[in-house]
Amino acid sequence: MFKQITATEAAAMITPHDRVAIGGFLAVGAPESIIDALVAAGTKDLHIIVIASDWENRGIGKLVVNHQIKSAQVSHTGTNKEIQNQMNSGEISVELVPQGTLMERCRAFGMGLGGILTPTGIGTVVEEGKQIINLDGEDYILETAIPSDFALIRAWKADRRGNLIYSKTARNSNPIMAMMGKITIAEVDEIVETGELDPEHIVTPGVFVNYICLSKEANNG
Amino acid sequence: MDKRAMIGARIAKELKDGDYVNLGIGLPTEAANHIPPGVHVIFQSENGVMGVGPAPAEGSEDQDMINAGGGFITTVPGASYFDSATSFGIIRGGHLDITVLGALQVDQHGNLANWMIPGKIIPGMGGAMDLVTGAKKVIVAMEHCDKRGNPKILKECTLPLTAKGKVSLIISDLAVIEVTPHGLLLQEVSEGYTVEDVIKATEADLTIPGHLR
Repeated sequence: MFKQITATEAAAMITPHDRVAIGGFLAVGAPESIIDALVAAGTKDLHIIVIASDWENRGIGKLVVNHQIKSAQVSHTGTNKEIQNQMNSGEISVELVPQGTLMERCRAFGMGLGGILTPTGIGTVVEEGKQIINLDGEDYILETAIPSDFALIRAWKADRRGNLIYSKTARNSNPIMAMMGKITIAEVDEIVETGELDPEHIVTPGVFVNYICLSKEANNG
Repeated sequence: MDKRAMIGARIAKELKDGDYVNLGIGLPTEAANHIPPGVHVIFQSENGVMGVGPAPAEGSEDQDMINAGGGFITTVPGASYFDSATSFGIIRGGHLDITVLGALQVDQHGNLANWMIPGKIIPGMGGAMDLVTGAKKVIVAMEHCDKRGNPKILKECTLPLTAKGKVSLIISDLAVIEVTPHGLLLQEVSEGYTVEDVIKATEADLTIPGHLR
């Protein structure tokens, strides 16, 4: 069963050098309250796993601007000039991962798999240094699972069992990352009573969720 | 019609009723404005939605409804939302009929380079590698030459590849070119241009069919 905490308490659990998966796509569906608390805490040398590095003033872009990220696994950095600067200066080391591969590597970790085989990246720089496995005449890259200590995600509603539903395209990587945190913290707009969410509509079963905090964007404090 | 609209209209001709389609950011999105009446194409956006509709009216944007380029969207009746792994499963698993992407370079082997220029821009491949690897048909839509007038259709790509041997059709402001196992086959020449113009603007070898000579 999850425990309800504040965004500040969530951020306080994270320590330097932790591996932190953060949900969202171009900051839509990003746990902004927890990110803001993490900026306020100033925790440095984080390893971030995220789809994109968002914008300078939204999503994980705020952690970049505050120089809190040491390394990242990400599929796209083009919307954030600051991460490009820090990549060029060597402050941040970035592994660029094709987005579909990134999601499967995240899911693999949450699902207890060592990795996945994908055709994406064959014949490109992505295959360099990796094992290629041929099955029935097709080449696949062996891509390893991405471990994470924490998953910080954003959902729309939780019930008292921690079951989660999401809002529209703010779902994106959140249900995947929810499964990969050794500790998963969900920021939600609302916590409803158990039974109010239809079991048929649950996207993330509460078993994956350790902590929940209310989003300040929903005016819950 | 300007160049972009012309390319968009030509892409639209490739989209058949009932197709599931992903349009890349930029020029390819033009195609959505040229779908003929009666043809219903279902647009995917890789951030997790099938059934993307037109952009919302100003003032009615929903902060939780964006496309992969970050632009606000609406959905059509029958749309669905899903997580990013499912979205890329649709893409990689061959469930998408057509993807249309831009290119920095494309070559006569159907290789595509569209995600980085070493030493200059390295934004990341985002979803491009999965899209080009997995879609049933990969269409490259682009201006025939770069801003300096250099050919972008080459014998061999020199920039880092997005995927190897996956492009099936190139639609540019000058021509429509099919990628075949035997190389590039010129299919159409745009109004106002000659076959010679296309050959001159293309570094790769082109096969010219009899009816275009």
